[in-house]
Amino acid sequence: MPVQTVAPRIEVRAATPPPINTGKTKVAVRDLNFFYGRVQALHNISLEIPERIVMAFIGPSGCGKSTFLRTLNRMNDVIPGTRVGGQVLMDDRDIYAPGTDVVELRRRVGMVFQKSNPFPKSIFDNVAYGLRINRVTSNSSELSGRVEQALKDAALWNEVKDRLKTSALSLSGGQQQRLCIARALAIRPEVLLMDEPASALDPIATSKIEELIFDLKKQYTIVIVTHNMQQAARVSDTTAFFLLGKLIEVNATEKMFTAPNEKLTEDYITGRFG
Amino acid sequence: MANYGNADRMRRATSGLMTTLTALCTLLAVSALLIILTYIAWQGIGSLSFQFLIDRPRPVGEGGGIGNAILGSLVLLLISSAFGLPLGICVGVYLSEIGRGRVGGAVRFLVDTLTGIPSIVTGVFVYAILVLPMKHFSALAGGVALAMIMIPIVARTTEEMLKLVPHSMREGALALGAPQWRVIIGVVIPAAAPGIATGAMLAIARVSGETAPLLFTAFGSRFFPTSLNEPIASLTVQIYNYAISPYDEWHAQAWAATLVLMTLVLGINIIVRFLTRKKF
Repeated sequence: MPVQTVAPRIEVRAATPPPINTGKTKVAVRDLNFFYGRVQALHNISLEIPERIVMAFIGPSGCGKSTFLRTLNRMNDVIPGTRVGGQVLMDDRDIYAPGTDVVELRRRVGMVFQKSNPFPKSIFDNVAYGLRINRVTSNSSELSGRVEQALKDAALWNEVKDRLKTSALSLSGGQQQRLCIARALAIRPEVLLMDEPASALDPIATSKIEELIFDLKKQYTIVIVTHNMQQAARVSDTTAFFLLGKLIEVNATEKMFTAPNEKLTEDYITGRFG
Repeated sequence: MANYGNADRMRRATSGLMTTLTALCTLLAVSALLIILTYIAWQGIGSLSFQFLIDRPRPVGEGGGIGNAILGSLVLLLISSAFGLPLGICVGVYLSEIGRGRVGGAVRFLVDTLTGIPSIVTGVFVYAILVLPMKHFSALAGGVALAMIMIPIVARTTEEMLKLVPHSMREGALALGAPQWRVIIGVVIPAAAPGIATGAMLAIARVSGETAPLLFTAFGSRFFPTSLNEPIASLTVQIYNYAISPYDEWHAQAWAATLVLMTLVLGINIIVRFLTRKKF
Protein backbone atom coordinates (compact mmCIF):
# COMPACT_ATOMS: atom_id res chain seq x y z
CA MET A 1 0.00 0.00 0.00
CA PRO A 2 1.47 3.40 -0.97
CA VAL A 3 2.23 5.75 1.88
CA GLN A 4 -0.18 8.67 1.91
CA THR A 5 0.87 11.95 3.40
CA VAL A 6 -1.77 14.04 5.07
CA ALA A 7 -1.13 17.61 3.93
CA PRO A 8 -1.22 17.43 0.12
CA ARG A 9 -3.85 14.76 -0.04
CA ILE A 10 -6.14 16.56 -2.46
CA GLU A 11 -3.31 16.82 -4.99
CA VAL A 12 -2.29 13.22 -4.43
CA ARG A 13 -5.75 12.06 -5.19
CA ALA A 14 -6.14 14.41 -8.10
CA ALA A 15 -3.06 12.92 -9.68
CA THR A 16 -4.51 9.42 -9.41
CA PRO A 17 -8.25 9.62 -9.86
CA PRO A 18 -9.96 6.97 -7.76
CA PRO A 19 -10.98 4.04 -9.90
CA ILE A 20 -14.60 2.99 -9.71
CA ASN A 21 -15.55 -0.66 -9.64
CA THR A 22 -12.08 -1.93 -10.26
CA GLY A 23 -11.80 -3.35 -6.75
CA LYS A 24 -14.06 -5.94 -5.21
CA THR A 25 -17.67 -4.87 -4.77
CA LYS A 26 -18.56 -4.79 -1.09
CA VAL A 27 -22.22 -3.87 -1.29
CA ALA A 28 -24.41 -4.27 -4.34
CA VAL A 29 -27.92 -2.85 -4.30
CA ARG A 30 -30.41 -4.06 -6.92
CA ASP A 31 -33.76 -2.42 -7.67
CA LEU A 32 -34.33 -1.29 -4.12
CA ASN A 33 -37.72 0.16 -3.31
CA PHE A 34 -38.61 1.41 0.14
CA PHE A 35 -41.92 2.43 1.65
CA TYR A 36 -42.98 4.24 4.80
CA GLY A 37 -46.52 2.91 4.99
CA ARG A 38 -47.97 3.88 1.61
CA VAL A 39 -45.40 6.53 0.84
CA GLN A 40 -42.61 5.34 -1.40
CA ALA A 41 -39.35 6.85 -0.23
CA LEU A 42 -36.90 5.09 -2.55
CA HIS A 43 -37.47 4.22 -6.21
CA ASN A 44 -35.56 1.46 -7.97
CA ILE A 45 -32.14 2.21 -6.57
CA SER A 46 -29.27 0.18 -8.03
CA LEU A 47 -25.77 0.92 -6.85
CA GLU A 48 -22.45 -0.78 -6.25
CA ILE A 49 -20.14 0.21 -3.43
CA PRO A 50 -16.56 -0.99 -3.95
CA GLU A 51 -14.45 -2.16 -1.03
CA ARG A 52 -12.26 0.29 0.90
CA ILE A 53 -13.38 3.54 -0.60
CA VAL A 54 -15.35 6.44 0.78
CA MET A 55 -18.66 6.97 -0.94
CA ALA A 56 -20.63 10.13 -0.23
CA PHE A 57 -24.38 10.51 -0.64
CA ILE A 58 -25.52 14.05 -1.39
CA GLY A 59 -28.89 15.57 -2.17
CA PRO A 60 -31.46 17.97 -0.71
CA SER A 61 -33.29 17.24 2.55
CA GLY A 62 -35.89 14.50 2.29
CA CYS A 63 -34.35 13.01 -0.87
CA GLY A 64 -33.98 9.59 0.75
CA LYS A 65 -30.23 9.45 1.26
CA SER A 66 -30.49 8.75 5.00
CA THR A 67 -33.27 6.23 4.42
CA PHE A 68 -31.10 4.50 1.84
CA LEU A 69 -28.13 4.47 4.22
CA ARG A 70 -30.29 2.85 6.89
CA THR A 71 -31.39 0.08 4.53
CA LEU A 72 -27.77 -1.08 4.39
CA ASN A 73 -27.76 -2.29 8.00
CA ARG A 74 -31.52 -2.79 8.26
CA MET A 75 -31.92 0.00 10.81
CA ASN A 76 -35.27 0.80 9.22
CA ASP A 77 -36.56 -2.49 10.59
CA VAL A 78 -37.19 -0.78 13.91
CA ILE A 79 -39.56 1.77 12.35
CA PRO A 80 -43.09 0.33 12.28
CA GLY A 81 -44.89 0.17 8.95
CA THR A 82 -41.85 0.15 6.66
CA ARG A 83 -41.44 -2.17 3.68
CA VAL A 84 -38.49 -3.04 1.45
CA GLY A 85 -38.40 -4.52 -2.04
CA GLY A 86 -35.35 -5.52 -4.06
CA GLN A 87 -31.97 -6.81 -2.97
CA VAL A 88 -29.03 -5.57 -0.95
CA LEU A 89 -26.10 -7.92 -1.46
CA MET A 90 -23.29 -7.75 1.04
CA ASP A 91 -20.39 -9.91 -0.14
CA ASP A 92 -22.91 -11.48 -2.56
CA ARG A 93 -25.39 -12.42 0.17
CA ASP A 94 -28.81 -10.77 0.28
CA ILE A 95 -29.23 -9.15 3.69
CA TYR A 96 -33.01 -9.07 3.25
CA ALA A 97 -33.21 -12.81 2.53
CA PRO A 98 -35.32 -14.71 5.07
CA GLY A 99 -33.23 -16.11 7.89
CA THR A 100 -30.64 -13.32 7.80
CA ASP A 101 -29.15 -12.72 11.25
CA VAL A 102 -29.74 -8.98 11.70
CA VAL A 103 -27.58 -8.87 14.81
CA GLU A 104 -24.64 -10.35 12.90
CA LEU A 105 -25.28 -7.99 9.99
CA ARG A 106 -25.15 -4.93 12.24
CA ARG A 107 -21.93 -6.20 13.71
CA ARG A 108 -20.43 -6.19 10.24
CA VAL A 109 -21.99 -2.89 9.24
CA GLY A 110 -21.33 -0.22 11.87
CA MET A 111 -23.16 3.07 12.02
CA VAL A 112 -22.50 6.58 13.26
CA PHE A 113 -25.52 8.83 13.62
CA GLN A 114 -26.11 12.49 12.89
CA LYS A 115 -26.57 13.35 16.53
CA SER A 116 -23.97 11.82 18.79
CA ASN A 117 -25.67 9.29 21.02
CA PRO A 118 -23.29 8.09 23.73
CA PHE A 119 -24.82 5.86 26.37
CA PRO A 120 -25.05 7.32 29.89
CA LYS A 121 -22.09 5.21 30.95
CA SER A 122 -18.38 5.81 31.35
CA ILE A 123 -16.18 6.47 28.32
CA PHE A 124 -14.64 3.01 28.66
CA ASP A 125 -17.99 1.24 28.97
CA ASN A 126 -19.31 3.05 25.90
CA VAL A 127 -16.52 1.71 23.71
CA ALA A 128 -16.60 -1.70 25.39
CA TYR A 129 -20.37 -2.04 24.93
CA GLY A 130 -20.24 -3.62 21.48
CA LEU A 131 -17.37 -5.90 22.50
CA ARG A 132 -19.25 -7.09 25.54
CA ILE A 133 -22.62 -7.74 23.93
CA ASN A 134 -21.01 -9.56 21.04
CA ARG A 135 -18.85 -11.55 23.44
CA VAL A 136 -15.76 -10.62 21.45
CA THR A 137 -13.56 -11.22 24.46
CA SER A 138 -13.96 -12.07 28.10
CA ASN A 139 -10.32 -11.33 28.86
CA SER A 140 -10.20 -7.95 30.62
CA SER A 141 -6.72 -6.96 29.43
CA GLU A 142 -7.67 -7.80 25.86
CA LEU A 143 -10.85 -5.79 26.32
CA SER A 144 -8.86 -2.75 27.51
CA GLY A 145 -6.50 -3.22 24.60
CA ARG A 146 -9.32 -3.17 22.05
CA VAL A 147 -10.93 -0.16 23.72
CA GLU A 148 -7.60 1.68 23.62
CA GLN A 149 -7.09 0.78 19.97
CA ALA A 150 -10.59 1.92 19.03
CA LEU A 151 -10.10 5.24 20.83
CA LYS A 152 -6.75 5.69 19.05
CA ASP A 153 -8.35 4.88 15.70
CA ALA A 154 -10.97 7.52 16.41
CA ALA A 155 -8.25 10.05 17.36
CA LEU A 156 -9.69 10.46 20.83
CA TRP A 157 -7.26 8.48 22.98
CA ASN A 158 -4.96 11.35 23.92
CA GLU A 159 -7.86 13.48 25.10
CA VAL A 160 -9.52 10.84 27.29
CA LYS A 161 -6.85 8.36 28.36
CA ASP A 162 -6.67 9.81 31.87
CA ARG A 163 -10.41 9.80 32.46
CA LEU A 164 -11.79 6.61 30.95
CA LYS A 165 -13.99 6.08 33.99
CA THR A 166 -15.75 9.43 33.79
CA SER A 167 -19.12 9.88 32.13
CA ALA A 168 -19.23 9.99 28.36
CA LEU A 169 -21.72 12.83 28.69
CA SER A 170 -19.00 15.07 30.14
CA LEU A 171 -17.26 15.17 26.76
CA SER A 172 -17.72 18.01 24.28
CA GLY A 173 -19.95 17.52 21.23
CA GLY A 174 -17.04 16.77 18.89
CA GLN A 175 -15.49 14.37 21.38
CA GLN A 176 -18.84 12.63 21.87
CA GLN A 177 -19.13 12.08 18.13
CA ARG A 178 -15.61 10.66 17.96
CA LEU A 179 -16.50 8.45 20.91
CA CYS A 180 -19.45 7.13 18.91
CA ILE A 181 -17.09 6.45 16.02
CA ALA A 182 -14.72 4.64 18.41
CA ARG A 183 -17.66 2.63 19.72
CA ALA A 184 -18.55 1.57 16.18
CA LEU A 185 -14.90 0.79 15.31
CA ALA A 186 -14.31 -1.30 18.44
CA ILE A 187 -16.16 -4.28 17.01
CA ARG A 188 -14.20 -3.90 13.74
CA PRO A 189 -17.02 -3.70 11.24
CA GLU A 190 -16.38 -4.19 7.54
CA VAL A 191 -18.55 -1.29 6.46
CA LEU A 192 -19.04 1.98 8.33
CA LEU A 193 -22.18 4.00 7.66
CA MET A 194 -22.05 7.66 8.68
CA ASP A 195 -25.24 9.72 8.69
CA GLU A 196 -24.12 13.37 8.56
CA PRO A 197 -21.54 12.72 11.28
CA ALA A 198 -20.27 16.29 11.38
CA SER A 199 -23.43 18.31 10.85
CA ALA A 200 -23.68 19.41 14.48
CA LEU A 201 -19.97 20.11 14.96
CA ASP A 202 -17.81 23.19 14.73
CA PRO A 203 -15.22 23.50 11.92
CA ILE A 204 -12.31 22.22 14.03
CA ALA A 205 -14.16 19.11 15.21
CA THR A 206 -15.41 18.63 11.64
CA SER A 207 -11.92 18.69 10.20
CA LYS A 208 -10.82 16.13 12.81
CA ILE A 209 -13.63 13.81 11.76
CA GLU A 210 -12.77 14.32 8.10
CA GLU A 211 -9.12 13.46 8.69
CA LEU A 212 -10.31 10.43 10.55
CA ILE A 213 -12.49 9.28 7.64
CA PHE A 214 -9.51 9.65 5.36
CA ASP A 215 -7.42 7.40 7.61
CA LEU A 216 -10.17 4.87 8.16
CA LYS A 217 -10.69 4.01 4.52
CA LYS A 218 -7.46 2.01 4.57
CA GLN A 219 -9.33 -0.58 6.59
CA TYR A 220 -13.03 0.06 6.12
CA THR A 221 -15.58 0.68 3.43
CA ILE A 222 -17.21 3.97 4.37
CA VAL A 223 -20.52 5.40 3.25
CA ILE A 224 -21.20 8.95 4.39
CA VAL A 225 -24.33 11.04 4.03
CA THR A 226 -23.64 14.74 3.98
CA HIS A 227 -25.41 18.00 3.33
CA ASN A 228 -22.13 19.72 2.88
CA MET A 229 -20.88 19.45 -0.68
CA GLN A 230 -17.43 20.75 0.19
CA GLN A 231 -17.22 17.92 2.69
CA ALA A 232 -18.27 15.36 0.10
CA ALA A 233 -15.63 16.75 -2.25
CA ARG A 234 -12.96 16.64 0.46
CA VAL A 235 -13.46 13.16 1.89
CA SER A 236 -15.00 10.94 -0.74
CA ASP A 237 -13.75 8.95 -3.71
CA THR A 238 -17.15 8.47 -5.26
CA THR A 239 -20.31 10.49 -4.87
CA ALA A 240 -23.92 9.52 -5.38
CA PHE A 241 -26.57 12.18 -5.93
CA PHE A 242 -30.14 11.50 -4.77
CA LEU A 243 -33.23 13.50 -5.62
CA LEU A 244 -36.83 12.75 -4.59
CA GLY A 245 -36.05 9.13 -3.71
CA LYS A 246 -34.24 8.42 -6.98
CA LEU A 247 -30.56 7.89 -7.57
CA ILE A 248 -29.67 10.44 -10.23
CA GLU A 249 -25.96 9.93 -10.70
CA VAL A 250 -22.99 8.04 -9.30
CA ASN A 251 -19.58 9.19 -10.35
CA ALA A 252 -16.00 9.71 -9.26
CA THR A 253 -16.05 12.67 -6.90
CA GLU A 254 -13.60 14.69 -9.03
CA LYS A 255 -15.79 14.24 -12.07
CA MET A 256 -19.01 14.78 -10.16
CA PHE A 257 -17.99 18.23 -8.97
CA THR A 258 -16.35 19.36 -12.19
CA ALA A 259 -18.22 17.80 -15.06
CA PRO A 260 -21.25 15.78 -13.96
CA ASN A 261 -23.07 13.68 -16.53
CA GLU A 262 -26.55 14.76 -15.51
CA LYS A 263 -28.09 18.19 -15.84
CA LEU A 264 -29.91 17.75 -12.47
CA THR A 265 -26.63 17.07 -10.69
CA GLU A 266 -25.06 20.16 -12.16
CA ASP A 267 -28.07 22.28 -11.15
CA TYR A 268 -27.89 21.01 -7.59
CA ILE A 269 -24.14 21.39 -7.24
CA THR A 270 -24.14 24.88 -8.66
CA GLY A 271 -26.92 25.81 -6.25
CA ARG A 272 -29.71 26.28 -8.74
CA PHE A 273 -32.06 24.39 -6.39
CA GLY A 274 -31.98 22.42 -3.17
CA MET B 1 -49.12 58.46 23.15
CA ALA B 2 -51.47 58.64 26.09
CA ASN B 3 -53.22 55.46 24.97
CA TYR B 4 -49.94 53.68 24.77
CA GLY B 5 -49.10 54.73 28.32
CA ASN B 6 -52.46 53.48 29.57
CA ALA B 7 -52.06 50.09 27.87
CA ASP B 8 -48.62 49.80 29.30
CA ARG B 9 -49.86 50.57 32.81
CA MET B 10 -52.67 48.03 32.40
CA ARG B 11 -50.23 45.36 31.30
CA ARG B 12 -47.95 46.01 34.26
CA ALA B 13 -50.89 45.96 36.65
CA THR B 14 -52.22 42.67 35.27
CA SER B 15 -48.78 41.13 35.44
CA GLY B 16 -48.35 42.26 39.03
CA LEU B 17 -51.80 40.97 39.98
CA MET B 18 -51.17 37.56 38.44
CA THR B 19 -47.76 37.22 40.07
CA THR B 20 -49.29 38.06 43.45
CA LEU B 21 -52.11 35.58 42.87
CA THR B 22 -49.83 32.66 42.03
CA ALA B 23 -47.58 33.53 44.97
CA LEU B 24 -50.63 33.55 47.28
CA CYS B 25 -51.81 30.16 45.98
CA THR B 26 -48.36 28.67 46.49
CA LEU B 27 -48.19 30.11 49.97
CA LEU B 28 -51.61 28.65 50.79
CA ALA B 29 -50.68 25.16 49.58
CA VAL B 30 -47.28 25.14 51.27
CA SER B 31 -48.60 26.55 54.54
CA ALA B 32 -51.35 23.91 54.64
CA LEU B 33 -48.63 21.25 54.39
CA LEU B 34 -46.49 22.97 57.01
CA ILE B 35 -49.43 23.34 59.39
CA ILE B 36 -50.25 19.62 59.07
CA LEU B 37 -46.62 18.64 59.68
CA THR B 38 -46.10 20.94 62.68
CA TYR B 39 -49.46 20.02 64.20
CA ILE B 40 -48.69 16.30 63.99
CA ALA B 41 -45.20 16.86 65.39
CA TRP B 42 -46.59 19.01 68.22
CA GLN B 43 -49.30 16.49 69.11
CA GLY B 44 -47.14 13.42 68.67
CA ILE B 45 -43.81 14.37 70.18
CA GLY B 46 -45.14 14.20 73.77
CA SER B 47 -45.79 10.43 73.73
CA LEU B 48 -42.64 9.64 71.77
CA SER B 49 -39.89 7.78 73.61
CA PHE B 50 -37.42 5.03 72.85
CA GLN B 51 -39.57 2.58 74.79
CA PHE B 52 -42.58 3.62 72.67
CA LEU B 53 -40.68 2.75 69.47
CA ILE B 54 -39.67 -0.77 70.53
CA ASP B 55 -42.49 -1.95 72.80
CA ARG B 56 -45.69 -3.68 71.71
CA PRO B 57 -49.17 -2.36 72.63
CA ARG B 58 -50.20 -2.73 76.29
CA PRO B 59 -53.57 -2.27 77.99
CA VAL B 60 -54.65 1.28 78.77
CA GLY B 61 -52.63 2.82 81.58
CA GLU B 62 -49.61 0.59 81.12
CA GLY B 63 -47.93 2.57 78.33
CA GLY B 64 -46.85 0.23 75.60
CA GLY B 65 -45.65 1.14 72.13
CA ILE B 66 -45.76 0.61 68.41
CA GLY B 67 -42.62 -1.48 67.85
CA ASN B 68 -44.62 -4.33 66.36
CA ALA B 69 -46.52 -1.92 64.07
CA ILE B 70 -43.31 -0.33 62.76
CA LEU B 71 -41.87 -3.76 62.07
CA GLY B 72 -45.17 -4.88 60.55
CA SER B 73 -45.36 -1.89 58.25
CA LEU B 74 -41.80 -2.50 57.06
CA VAL B 75 -42.56 -6.19 56.46
CA LEU B 76 -45.71 -5.28 54.50
CA LEU B 77 -43.79 -2.73 52.41
CA LEU B 78 -41.09 -5.33 51.73
CA ILE B 79 -43.61 -7.94 50.60
CA SER B 80 -45.55 -5.49 48.46
CA SER B 81 -42.34 -4.12 46.90
CA ALA B 82 -41.10 -7.63 46.18
CA PHE B 83 -44.27 -8.34 44.17
CA GLY B 84 -45.30 -4.90 43.00
CA LEU B 85 -42.07 -3.25 41.83
CA PRO B 86 -40.79 -5.97 39.45
CA LEU B 87 -44.27 -6.56 38.04
CA GLY B 88 -44.99 -2.86 37.65
CA ILE B 89 -41.61 -2.18 36.02
CA CYS B 90 -42.13 -5.10 33.62
CA VAL B 91 -45.55 -3.78 32.61
CA GLY B 92 -44.01 -0.33 32.09
CA VAL B 93 -41.25 -1.78 29.91
CA TYR B 94 -43.85 -3.67 27.91
CA LEU B 95 -45.94 -0.54 27.37
CA SER B 96 -42.99 1.61 26.36
CA GLU B 97 -40.78 -0.78 24.40
CA ILE B 98 -42.78 -3.72 23.12
CA GLY B 99 -46.54 -3.21 23.24
CA ARG B 100 -47.48 -1.10 20.27
CA GLY B 101 -50.85 -0.78 18.65
CA ARG B 102 -54.06 -2.22 20.00
CA VAL B 103 -52.80 -4.62 22.65
CA GLY B 104 -50.61 -1.93 24.17
CA GLY B 105 -53.49 0.53 24.13
CA ALA B 106 -55.78 -1.98 25.84
CA VAL B 107 -53.17 -2.73 28.51
CA ARG B 108 -52.61 0.98 29.11
CA PHE B 109 -56.36 1.52 29.51
CA LEU B 110 -56.59 -1.37 32.00
CA VAL B 111 -53.64 -0.03 33.99
CA ASP B 112 -55.23 3.42 34.13
CA THR B 113 -58.51 1.88 35.29
CA LEU B 114 -56.65 -0.09 37.94
CA THR B 115 -55.15 3.16 39.27
CA GLY B 116 -58.63 4.50 39.85
CA ILE B 117 -59.98 1.51 41.79
CA PRO B 118 -60.71 2.52 45.42
CA SER B 119 -58.20 0.81 47.68
CA ILE B 120 -60.90 -0.74 49.85
CA VAL B 121 -62.12 -2.65 46.77
CA THR B 122 -58.63 -4.04 46.33
CA GLY B 123 -58.75 -5.12 49.98
CA VAL B 124 -62.07 -6.90 49.56
CA PHE B 125 -60.81 -8.56 46.36
CA VAL B 126 -57.71 -9.94 48.07
CA TYR B 127 -59.92 -11.00 50.99
CA ALA B 128 -61.96 -13.07 48.55
CA ILE B 129 -59.09 -14.65 46.61
CA LEU B 130 -56.52 -15.14 49.40
CA VAL B 131 -57.93 -14.73 52.90
CA LEU B 132 -61.06 -16.87 52.42
CA PRO B 133 -59.26 -19.89 50.84
CA MET B 134 -56.49 -19.68 53.46
CA LYS B 135 -59.11 -19.25 56.18
CA HIS B 136 -57.08 -16.61 58.06
CA PHE B 137 -55.69 -13.07 57.72
CA SER B 138 -52.00 -12.87 56.92
CA ALA B 139 -49.09 -10.52 56.23
CA LEU B 140 -48.83 -12.14 52.81
CA ALA B 141 -52.40 -11.17 51.91
CA GLY B 142 -51.74 -7.61 53.12
CA GLY B 143 -48.58 -7.40 51.00
CA VAL B 144 -50.41 -8.66 47.92
CA ALA B 145 -53.18 -6.07 48.41
CA LEU B 146 -50.62 -3.26 48.65
CA ALA B 147 -48.73 -4.66 45.64
CA MET B 148 -51.91 -4.47 43.56
CA ILE B 149 -52.12 -0.78 44.37
CA MET B 150 -48.45 -0.28 43.49
CA ILE B 151 -48.42 -2.04 40.11
CA PRO B 152 -50.36 0.52 38.05
CA ILE B 153 -48.50 3.48 39.60
CA VAL B 154 -45.10 1.92 38.97
CA ALA B 155 -46.11 0.75 35.48
CA ARG B 156 -47.20 4.18 34.29
CA THR B 157 -44.29 6.13 35.75
CA THR B 158 -41.86 3.55 34.35
CA GLU B 159 -43.46 3.85 30.92
CA GLU B 160 -43.25 7.65 30.98
CA MET B 161 -39.62 7.59 32.11
CA LEU B 162 -38.60 5.05 29.45
CA LYS B 163 -40.28 7.15 26.77
CA LEU B 164 -38.06 10.07 27.77
CA VAL B 165 -34.95 8.08 26.78
CA PRO B 166 -34.04 9.40 23.31
CA HIS B 167 -34.73 7.04 20.45
CA SER B 168 -31.24 7.68 19.11
CA MET B 169 -29.78 5.86 22.11
CA ARG B 170 -31.75 2.71 21.28
CA GLU B 171 -30.64 2.94 17.65
CA GLY B 172 -27.04 3.39 18.73
CA ALA B 173 -27.15 0.13 20.68
CA LEU B 174 -29.05 -1.71 17.95
CA ALA B 175 -26.49 -0.57 15.38
CA LEU B 176 -23.77 -2.24 17.44
CA GLY B 177 -25.53 -5.57 17.05
CA ALA B 178 -27.38 -5.62 20.35
CA PRO B 179 -30.61 -7.63 20.39
CA GLN B 180 -33.66 -5.74 21.66
CA TRP B 181 -33.69 -7.30 25.12
CA ARG B 182 -30.07 -6.26 25.69
CA VAL B 183 -30.83 -2.75 24.50
CA ILE B 184 -33.66 -2.54 27.01
CA ILE B 185 -31.75 -4.01 29.96
CA GLY B 186 -28.31 -2.57 29.26
CA VAL B 187 -29.06 0.89 27.89
CA VAL B 188 -32.67 2.05 28.13
CA ILE B 189 -33.46 1.02 31.72
CA PRO B 190 -30.15 2.29 33.17
CA ALA B 191 -30.69 5.61 31.38
CA ALA B 192 -34.13 5.90 32.96
CA ALA B 193 -33.16 4.41 36.34
CA PRO B 194 -33.43 7.59 38.44
CA GLY B 195 -36.92 8.25 37.07
CA ILE B 196 -38.03 4.64 37.58
CA ALA B 197 -36.74 4.77 41.16
CA THR B 198 -38.69 7.97 41.76
CA GLY B 199 -41.82 6.21 40.52
CA ALA B 200 -41.13 3.26 42.81
CA MET B 201 -40.60 5.64 45.70
CA LEU B 202 -43.88 7.40 45.02
CA ALA B 203 -45.65 4.05 44.96
CA ILE B 204 -44.07 2.96 48.26
CA ALA B 205 -44.96 6.29 49.87
CA ARG B 206 -48.50 5.95 48.58
CA VAL B 207 -49.12 2.42 49.92
CA SER B 208 -47.41 3.07 53.25
CA GLY B 209 -50.36 5.34 54.03
CA GLU B 210 -53.01 2.80 53.03
CA THR B 211 -55.34 1.54 55.77
CA ALA B 212 -58.48 0.23 54.11
CA PRO B 213 -56.99 -2.67 52.11
CA LEU B 214 -55.12 -3.86 55.22
CA LEU B 215 -58.27 -4.11 57.36
CA PHE B 216 -59.44 -7.06 55.25
CA THR B 217 -56.08 -8.70 54.70
CA ALA B 218 -53.32 -8.08 57.27
CA PHE B 219 -55.98 -7.29 59.88
CA GLY B 220 -53.63 -6.07 62.61
CA SER B 221 -52.10 -7.61 65.69
CA ARG B 222 -51.00 -6.66 69.19
CA PHE B 223 -47.91 -8.85 69.05
CA PHE B 224 -44.59 -8.89 67.21
CA PRO B 225 -44.82 -10.83 63.95
CA THR B 226 -43.37 -14.34 63.92
CA SER B 227 -44.47 -15.51 60.48
CA LEU B 228 -45.78 -14.11 57.20
CA ASN B 229 -48.67 -16.50 57.43
CA GLU B 230 -50.39 -14.78 60.39
CA PRO B 231 -52.10 -11.43 60.92
CA ILE B 232 -49.62 -8.60 61.22
CA ALA B 233 -49.74 -5.12 62.73
CA SER B 234 -49.20 -1.99 60.67
CA LEU B 235 -48.83 1.66 61.62
CA THR B 236 -51.90 2.77 59.71
CA VAL B 237 -54.26 0.18 61.18
CA GLN B 238 -52.79 0.83 64.64
CA ILE B 239 -53.41 4.56 64.21
CA TYR B 240 -56.96 3.83 63.08
CA ASN B 241 -57.69 1.52 66.03
CA TYR B 242 -56.22 3.92 68.58
CA ALA B 243 -57.88 6.98 67.07
CA ILE B 244 -61.40 5.47 67.28
CA SER B 245 -60.81 4.23 70.84
CA PRO B 246 -62.32 6.19 73.77
CA TYR B 247 -59.00 6.58 75.68
CA ASP B 248 -56.97 9.78 75.77
CA GLU B 249 -53.71 7.83 76.21
CA TRP B 250 -54.35 5.88 73.00
CA HIS B 251 -55.28 9.10 71.18
CA ALA B 252 -51.90 10.52 72.14
CA GLN B 253 -50.21 7.32 71.01
CA ALA B 254 -52.05 7.54 67.66
CA TRP B 255 -50.57 11.03 67.16
CA ALA B 256 -47.09 9.73 67.97
CA ALA B 257 -47.55 6.79 65.59
CA THR B 258 -48.60 9.25 62.86
CA LEU B 259 -45.40 11.20 63.42
CA VAL B 260 -43.40 7.97 63.13
CA LEU B 261 -45.19 7.00 59.91
CA MET B 262 -44.43 10.38 58.37
CA THR B 263 -40.79 10.15 59.36
CA LEU B 264 -40.63 6.65 57.88
CA VAL B 265 -41.97 7.85 54.51
CA LEU B 266 -39.56 10.78 54.57
CA GLY B 267 -36.70 8.40 55.41
CA ILE B 268 -37.56 6.09 52.49
CA ASN B 269 -37.66 9.12 50.20
CA ILE B 270 -34.24 10.33 51.30
CA ILE B 271 -32.62 6.89 51.08
CA VAL B 272 -33.94 6.19 47.57
CA ARG B 273 -32.91 9.64 46.38
CA PHE B 274 -29.45 9.06 47.77
CA LEU B 275 -29.14 5.64 46.13
CA THR B 276 -30.31 6.83 42.71
CA ARG B 277 -28.59 10.21 42.55
CA LYS B 278 -27.25 10.80 39.08
CA LYS B 279 -23.94 9.09 38.63
CA PHE B 280 -23.57 9.95 34.96
